[in-house]
Amino acid sequence: MDGAEILKGIDVRVPEGEITCVVGPSGAGKSTLLRAVNRLIEPTEGEVYLAGTPTSEIDPLELRRRIGMVFQLPALFGETVEDAVLYGLRLRGGKKADAGELLEKVGLDPSLKERDPQDLSVGQQQRVSVARALALDPEVLLMDEPTSSLDEAARRRVEDLTQELNERSGLTILLVSHDLSQVERVADRVVLLVEGRSEGEWGKEEFLSGKVDNEKAKRFVHGELE
Amino acid sequence: MGLEGLGTVATALLALGLVAVAVALSLYERLGLQGDIGVAVVRSFVQLTAIGFVIQFVFGLENIGYVALLLAGMVAFGGWTSSRRAEGVPRAFVLATAAIGVAAVVTVGLLLLLQIVPPTARYLIPLGGMVIGNSMNTASLTMSRIRDDVSEQRLKVEAALALGATSRQAVSPILKASLRSAMIPIIDSTKTVGLVFLPGAMAGMIIGGADPLEAVRLQIVVMYMLLGSVSIAAILVGLLSYRSFFTPRHQLRASLLK
Repeated sequence: MDGAEILKGIDVRVPEGEITCVVGPSGAGKSTLLRAVNRLIEPTEGEVYLAGTPTSEIDPLELRRRIGMVFQLPALFGETVEDAVLYGLRLRGGKKADAGELLEKVGLDPSLKERDPQDLSVGQQQRVSVARALALDPEVLLMDEPTSSLDEAARRRVEDLTQELNERSGLTILLVSHDLSQVERVADRVVLLVEGRSEGEWGKEEFLSGKVDNEKAKRFVHGELE
Repeated sequence: MGLEGLGTVATALLALGLVAVAVALSLYERLGLQGDIGVAVVRSFVQLTAIGFVIQFVFGLENIGYVALLLAGMVAFGGWTSSRRAEGVPRAFVLATAAIGVAAVVTVGLLLLLQIVPPTARYLIPLGGMVIGNSMNTASLTMSRIRDDVSEQRLKVEAALALGATSRQAVSPILKASLRSAMIPIIDSTKTVGLVFLPGAMAGMIIGGADPLEAVRLQIVVMYMLLGSVSIAAILVGLLSYRSFFTPRHQLRASLLK
């Protein structure tokens, strides 16, 4: 494995059909945790399970099609929005899908599919990147601070979309956030990471109330842990 | 050979007066280049004189084996130079040497096979030198470009991997861009040859008293040979070096990124 040890003593459960938010001070290893789930990085030890199967036993390419990911920035490919949405599907030259339908799923006008992705606002582009992940019909969606580059209005739209996807189709979502008000709006459950260790998992209300038996969690909720 | 040969070369030093112009400009405009110019003048004199004697020596041996040996040495030196410029690319020396070597063997080999040039030291050493020099530059450019772009476009590469792309699929836009930038200079100079400039080989032959049409024939061979060898070197070094930045499980090697 390359570089320093970033995560240690991680024991996190992500219940099916829920939105689990990963929070923690910067440098806590939140993004690293997400990348260990779809194996963009290889854990030196330990195991990630997907629906009971160790992910190390799943072909990484297959695994990443079953686990979608949305990044801090959209990073769209292709000359049209349609190309961008269907990128993952076309990698295998497999089944056809309707880009317009996928755009509707993320609250965008289907007629946008002919446009150059770069002509869209960053908020729209980010929703296209969600549609691109949905095109592969994933079991789990990883979201790595998906609203950190968006303005307030665009941020709200992505948050609403996140909740909708979860409620409408029961999509399991693991979302990294640095923003407690966002956690309050979208999370079902919260996982706190500090210096690469998981401090615990709580229901959203319990965690945000600060009435938890974990000193670091209390300090984090009160903004004393940066 | 010997002292007489050195005397011949030494008359070139009369052209040092022209270097004085460059030094004067550097001093007058405070470019700070006079040190570099000095090093360049001394190195070029020593290196060219040395290779002149080596080539003359190999000519005297009339043995194609020594020609091959000399060219192999040039390939290794080219690989080494290239790898120094592509710092941070794992196994750059091996990759560059392999790419330059294959480019040289294929192109020069084809010229021999088709009997476009005779198998003599007089042709093989200068032609081989040109192929090796150009392939070396291409290998350096391609490797450094891939190294820089993978770091700069890390997000895009990861986004593609996260959608189930293989390393090759994820790196494909970077690979294309680096191959293009490595090949465009030679394509451009092939387009403008004869209009804007007369290349060194052709100019040299004409000055040396060769028939201009014979000089043109050889120059055409040289241009096509360089196009071929640069393409071979770029593709080989590109396809070999991008792999170093990924694990077999299609993961970026973060420790190699800047």
